[in-house]
Amino acid sequence: MATAKKVSAIKNTPKHLLGIQNLSVLEAKEILTEAKSFIKLNRGSSKKLDILRGKTQINLFFEPSTRTQSSFDLAGKRLGADVMTMNMSNSALKKGETLIDTAMTLNAMHPDIIVIRHQDSGAPNLLSQKVNCTVINAGDGRREHPTQALLDALTIINRKDNIEGLKIAICGDILHSRVARSNIYLMNMLGAEVNVIAPKTLMPTGIDNLGVKSFTDMKKGLDGCDIVMMLRLQNERMQGSFLPSKREYYEFFGLTPEKLKFAKKDALLMHPGPMNRGVEIDTKLADDINVSLVKEQVELGVAVRMACLKLYCK
Amino acid sequence: MNEKILMNLRIIDPSQKMDEIGNIVIDKNGKIKSIGKKTDSSKTAEKIDLKGLIAIPGLVDMKAFVGEPGFEYKENFRTLSQAALAGGVTSIVTMPNTKPIIDNVSMVDFIIRRGRDKAKVNLFPCASITRQKEGNQMTEFGLLKARGIIGFSDVNKTIQNTELMSRIMNYASDIDVLIMQHAEDYELARNSCINQSEVATRLGLQGVSDIAEKIIIERDLSLLSEYPCRYHINQISSKNSLDVIKKNKSNGIKFSTGVSINNLSLNQNDIGEFRTFLKLSPPLRSEEDRLSLIEGIKNDLIDVIVSDHIPEDEESKRLPFAQAATGSIGIETLLSLSLELYHNESLPLDKIIKCLTINPAKILKINKGTLKEGSDADICIFDLEKPWVVKAEELKSKSKNTAIENRKLQGKVKMTFLNGDLAYSN
Repeated sequence: MATAKKVSAIKNTPKHLLGIQNLSVLEAKEILTEAKSFIKLNRGSSKKLDILRGKTQINLFFEPSTRTQSSFDLAGKRLGADVMTMNMSNSALKKGETLIDTAMTLNAMHPDIIVIRHQDSGAPNLLSQKVNCTVINAGDGRREHPTQALLDALTIINRKDNIEGLKIAICGDILHSRVARSNIYLMNMLGAEVNVIAPKTLMPTGIDNLGVKSFTDMKKGLDGCDIVMMLRLQNERMQGSFLPSKREYYEFFGLTPEKLKFAKKDALLMHPGPMNRGVEIDTKLADDINVSLVKEQVELGVAVRMACLKLYCK
Repeated sequence: MNEKILMNLRIIDPSQKMDEIGNIVIDKNGKIKSIGKKTDSSKTAEKIDLKGLIAIPGLVDMKAFVGEPGFEYKENFRTLSQAALAGGVTSIVTMPNTKPIIDNVSMVDFIIRRGRDKAKVNLFPCASITRQKEGNQMTEFGLLKARGIIGFSDVNKTIQNTELMSRIMNYASDIDVLIMQHAEDYELARNSCINQSEVATRLGLQGVSDIAEKIIIERDLSLLSEYPCRYHINQISSKNSLDVIKKNKSNGIKFSTGVSINNLSLNQNDIGEFRTFLKLSPPLRSEEDRLSLIEGIKNDLIDVIVSDHIPEDEESKRLPFAQAATGSIGIETLLSLSLELYHNESLPLDKIIKCLTINPAKILKINKGTLKEGSDADICIFDLEKPWVVKAEELKSKSKNTAIENRKLQGKVKMTFLNGDLAYSN
């Protein structure tokens, strides 16, 4: 007896969120629209949905992380998924197991989503080739951190309504920053003009070809900017001497109320965290609620991750 | 062995500036008896008609890695010689980065004996320049040479210490040994796995600037003018290095230079999204660099094309790019991929063959890479036009890490003769 095939039984090839580079404008906008709808929910008293009920989400963190990890954790739980967070910085990998082995092991447990953070650029790409569930990149080496860029975009949209036509400055350790790269791609895609500002030793080769203007002078780089994104000085990724001292860095590249004046009057300040207060940013400025969007970034991070989980886990 | 006549071939032998249709007669001892239009053979000679094919001297590959001893799971003498012969390569300079490293006399005896028993090609082993390739203490150049070591190389490592390098050159100049340097400054290259470029920025990988290569070449050539020894730069990868080489050659400094076929045929864009088989050292660089290397061959600034054959098992390549092993296999595809440079009109045929035969033989001071009368009948016979597609699974190396999987090539080896014997045919 022939039975009619159900359309839903056909398994779609999993879709991965590996980087903004692989995203189309439409996809990015869809994620942002979806995320907007979760902002209100997250502020309400009942935060639980059942969109991902029955789904299993594994957070695979090879690098220590507080905000991204807890944000993904919470996002999954609020959508009703079963979330397991594995802190891999002291795990099987130290016993010699390779990323692929770990992936195959987890894959055998039939997860629906793996959220991965890894110290090596390209690790999520490799993982996505070997597992048959959705892979979401929560930051790989210095390559990409797509959900951070998306939450930054959402934060800007929330304040300025639109990204198109804005002038955005990204300042600091561009060389080691995946946040910078993802933001350059996304803000460009959404129609902003992007300046990057860094000392020459922290400026990656060929950055201008990514569609930005590069500056080594805060005054010139911040001129006319609506948004100032500060980056953390990534001491843990630095091998050897890139800078004379933190003091000198702060003098020329640390964001102070005086330097912020080079930007537009109503310019807003962002930082992906964690902050090195007194190194890349003045501590009072960081906490100034009239200027700083740092807390909002963290808040909207959950909404963006919920949107990503929902849209990518079908 | 009977006398053989290989008939009606186009014979290209840059060592005697020959490019003509003719016959090759191989005598009973496996030597070339006559070559070219005149045919000096006995009546009983076996005749093989090879009309339409090209004969060149068996290729001399100046840089290949055999897994023995220590890495037999990557490659052994048997699989290496099968791959080599299928690629028309009859003489191989093997690298000493085995386990243990070839840095003492007892290891040389082992490798020569083992190679003689298991390999079906001419092997010319290198020893390391410094003990354990650590860059501290030079190895016994004189003793090692006496036991049959062809040259000295720390393979993927560079002598960083300038004082040591000057002494190595000074000492080597007296006893006529060949020093082969891998040119890369460690500090500049630390943790790098790709050319410093926009590609590196996009992929988020630590890049190395070509200055790391140039600075060592500049240093070594300065030393060389003080201590003239037989000095060879293993592989260069950039236009900047070439400029230094040009300047020094025109100043009369004598040395030789090699390039990997990979750097002549691929560029950094081919790495795509983290293709670890294209993680190489020196790294693939820009298209401009690649084109300048081709010019370098044209202008005789580069003497040798090598396969830089580095077999790696799948496990050491199935890792995030930064962690993955470096190198690709290439000895079997060396000639075919080189012929691509002829077909796309980058280089004339005789120049390519020169860099694969007589030039390396001269640098090594071996009587190979030629079809002159009286020399060993190591001959590569190929079909210049035959199209084929590189399939890793069909390659003979034990490891399948080819950088040119699925590449469409034109020109394929048909037969390889080693000392007059047919060692490979397809």
